[in-house]
Amino acid sequence: MEKKVTLTIDGQEVSVNPGQTVLEAARSLGIYIPTLCHYANTTNVGACRVCVVEVENARSLVASCCMPVSPGMVVRTNTPAVRAAQKMIIELLWSSGDHNCLTCEQNGACELQNLIYWLKIDKPRFPIEPPGHALDESNTMITRDLNKCVLCGRCIRACNEIQVNEVLDFSMRGSYAKVGPAFDTDYIDSSCVFCGECLQVCPTGAITFKQAKFAGRPWELEKVRTTCAYCGVGCQMDLYIKDNKIVKVMGNREYGQPNEGSLCVKGRFAMDFVSHPDRLKKPLIRANKKEDFKEVSWDEAFKFIGDKLKAIKTEYGADSVAGLASARCTNEENYLFQKFMRAGVGTNNVDHCARL
Amino acid sequence: MTVAGLAATFGSGAMTNSIDEIEYTDLILATGTNTTENHPIIGAKVKRAVRRHGTKLIVIDPRRIDLVKYADIWLRQKPGTDVAVINGLMNVILAEGLEDKPYIAERTEGFDALKAMVARYTPEYVERISGVPAEDLKKAARMYAAAKRASILYAMGITQHISGTDNVKSCANLSMLCGNVGIEGGGVNPLRGQNNVQGACDMGALPNVYPAYQQVANDDVRRKFEAAWGASLSPKPGLTIMEMMAAAGQGKIKALYIMGENPLLSDPDLHHVKKELEKLDLLVVQDIFMTETAAIADVVLPAASFAEKDGTFSNTERRVQRVRKALEPPGEAKTDWEVICGISNAFGYPMNYASAKEIFEEAASVTPSYAGITYKRIDKEGIQWPCPTHEHKGTRFLHKDKFSRGLGLFSAIEYIPPAELPDQDYPFLMTTGRVLYHYHTGTMTRRSKGPSERYPTSLVEINPADAEKLNIADGQTVVVASRRGEVEAKAQLTEKSAPGTIFMNFHFTDTPVNLLTNPALDPIGKIPEYKVCAVKLQAA
Repeated sequence: MEKKVTLTIDGQEVSVNPGQTVLEAARSLGIYIPTLCHYANTTNVGACRVCVVEVENARSLVASCCMPVSPGMVVRTNTPAVRAAQKMIIELLWSSGDHNCLTCEQNGACELQNLIYWLKIDKPRFPIEPPGHALDESNTMITRDLNKCVLCGRCIRACNEIQVNEVLDFSMRGSYAKVGPAFDTDYIDSSCVFCGECLQVCPTGAITFKQAKFAGRPWELEKVRTTCAYCGVGCQMDLYIKDNKIVKVMGNREYGQPNEGSLCVKGRFAMDFVSHPDRLKKPLIRANKKEDFKEVSWDEAFKFIGDKLKAIKTEYGADSVAGLASARCTNEENYLFQKFMRAGVGTNNVDHCARL
Repeated sequence: MTVAGLAATFGSGAMTNSIDEIEYTDLILATGTNTTENHPIIGAKVKRAVRRHGTKLIVIDPRRIDLVKYADIWLRQKPGTDVAVINGLMNVILAEGLEDKPYIAERTEGFDALKAMVARYTPEYVERISGVPAEDLKKAARMYAAAKRASILYAMGITQHISGTDNVKSCANLSMLCGNVGIEGGGVNPLRGQNNVQGACDMGALPNVYPAYQQVANDDVRRKFEAAWGASLSPKPGLTIMEMMAAAGQGKIKALYIMGENPLLSDPDLHHVKKELEKLDLLVVQDIFMTETAAIADVVLPAASFAEKDGTFSNTERRVQRVRKALEPPGEAKTDWEVICGISNAFGYPMNYASAKEIFEEAASVTPSYAGITYKRIDKEGIQWPCPTHEHKGTRFLHKDKFSRGLGLFSAIEYIPPAELPDQDYPFLMTTGRVLYHYHTGTMTRRSKGPSERYPTSLVEINPADAEKLNIADGQTVVVASRRGEVEAKAQLTEKSAPGTIFMNFHFTDTPVNLLTNPALDPIGKIPEYKVCAVKLQAA
């Protein structure tokens, strides 16, 4: 074990591993330091400076997300100088964008909005001057409104360090700086693979779930944790539900393995099928292949199948019946299916598409 | 296929290690897996391992897949020559004395036969078979052997061959040769393609085994299940999916009950499958959409989707995870388990369950590897089987200290060529698979706006040099024909395909690629050779 480093934060002593940051040390004490650009398991960049703290004998305020702990360090997180700096930063961010909560999908789930409220800012001291970027509504999955971007770079790190798709980066400089794919294209014309990690990590309404627009406010949505129904990774995901419809799908880092909060294009954006009008809604039977299907009740369908299976078994034996279970269905359903074939019908003719 | 190949070698047919170990191992050998498109989240972990943690990556794949960009070494073998390439890697390792001798002595058997067999597979010989340069093969072998922990990842590119089971066993051979099975970060890791293919196998949806791979032909096992289910059971192993289709064609199978599968787009040689299914006296299809298969059924039953039911899925790393009901199903659709109960009751075998939980508890009581798993225990985080008791934490990686079968079994496996190779009449080799934006027969993704916008129509990936010779332009419609049928698709000119090889996907009804594929089967796994068949192509 490496030797622990002991420091003092807001009068409380704490010992942490060397190399940890002041932010991590403070969080281990349950002390809240606001952050915006910080995103765990990605590089600490210290871009937004919202996490500044006072460190005794330091020349200026320091970004706690990037500051490694050192022995005997004395840190204060809630002095007037810290709060003044944080307010200034947030007011500058607010005034340099089009942060109109009235029409923003992230209203109620926006980290900038939360910080403004937490810092008790009524309005910014500076005139509001949005940069006037064009909206990227080039595709049906992700909307980008760079006028709401705070240049925290979380989407860039998510794209490069979490999903490693290496599509997004900063371009331009100073007040012209912006985030996007190479050659300043829209997502649809870039090499983006639409995993949606960028919208997952965006702290504001700059990158949002297009189909969720006007489909429900954050506080109206019911969140249900489940397991993705596509490939075999078994990603844990939250379905956001309103009026018996999936409004959007998000990962959740709290759920841990196997996907640690990430999703892919299918898990996140290929759930339209669930509420598709083509869904089958009633049992259908036809007496012979030349006829069209007729809607019947479940009881009729069950009786028809039960009688027919009994007759076939009686005439040709149990092994004249076969069943295909499904790699798409649950364990419970597969268990029951093979039990029915084996114990009910009396045959081992049961398989599924593991081979296909 | 995976279950047969790994069960014979190790005694257990499943991914040996865990998904999270992939990111922190020393070397990853990815073969027959287009991971970033088919398992994007695992693909991201592979890329993170390379970019952020200094992991070495060897890719063995005929296609220039995305992972090639991240690889230290890429071996581009001719499709279907996997056994030769892996034997070649082992030849180099043995010739240079790089194998893990203590591990081989203590934990394995069959080594001498393997050693004698691979002696013939010199890098030069393998180059002639596979097209992989001898020098690259040597480099890859040394790199694999030098890694302290090396993980082999594979998927359908390994299994969907007539030599599928052999390919799996070859991967297992290579892994054991360097002592990589039974350690953290190592192993032989099949990436399962469907959300619950692991669970369906675990639950006994296979013709020869009950839940937890207990043999139907074993008298003791059968008696146990007869007691549990209150019925007398058949000792005769049943038919596999491909055998069922053939038996239907011969009139031996009269009734087929299909739950949530679409063989009329997924099976090889579709013309033939359709004729076989049409001979049935009773075809019952239970699904969420009117699939190609449902459309020719006698009875179609509306099922609930995954978002409309409770239950569990078991992922590729053996992790049993909860599925939770978020929505009411549309119309009168019912969960699949409710439908099975309805049919069973009408048939005269009573089945009455109040909930998915109750079914799970019964299943766990007859499935030793699931015995310790309860809904309560997996509420926050899934558990990886084997989990034999309620106190057991589950198993991150298998075969620690001892293989499930005792000793790991080396198999001396000779290369056999694919069943159908290009010739004068059908000069191109076609390989099939999935693309990022779609899934299997496309019933779900083609009905979702985003993925369909990004990938609206079936593409056939052709090397630009071949396209030039045939006068085919990018985006032009081409006709692809095999001995079994023909389809049309738009050409995509790309270096992803090697010259002489084309790639197609099977997601689109309008381009039913499985009209072309060869139904030749692996003799043990009974998996069709989707990855290799001979075709010709021309501009439409």
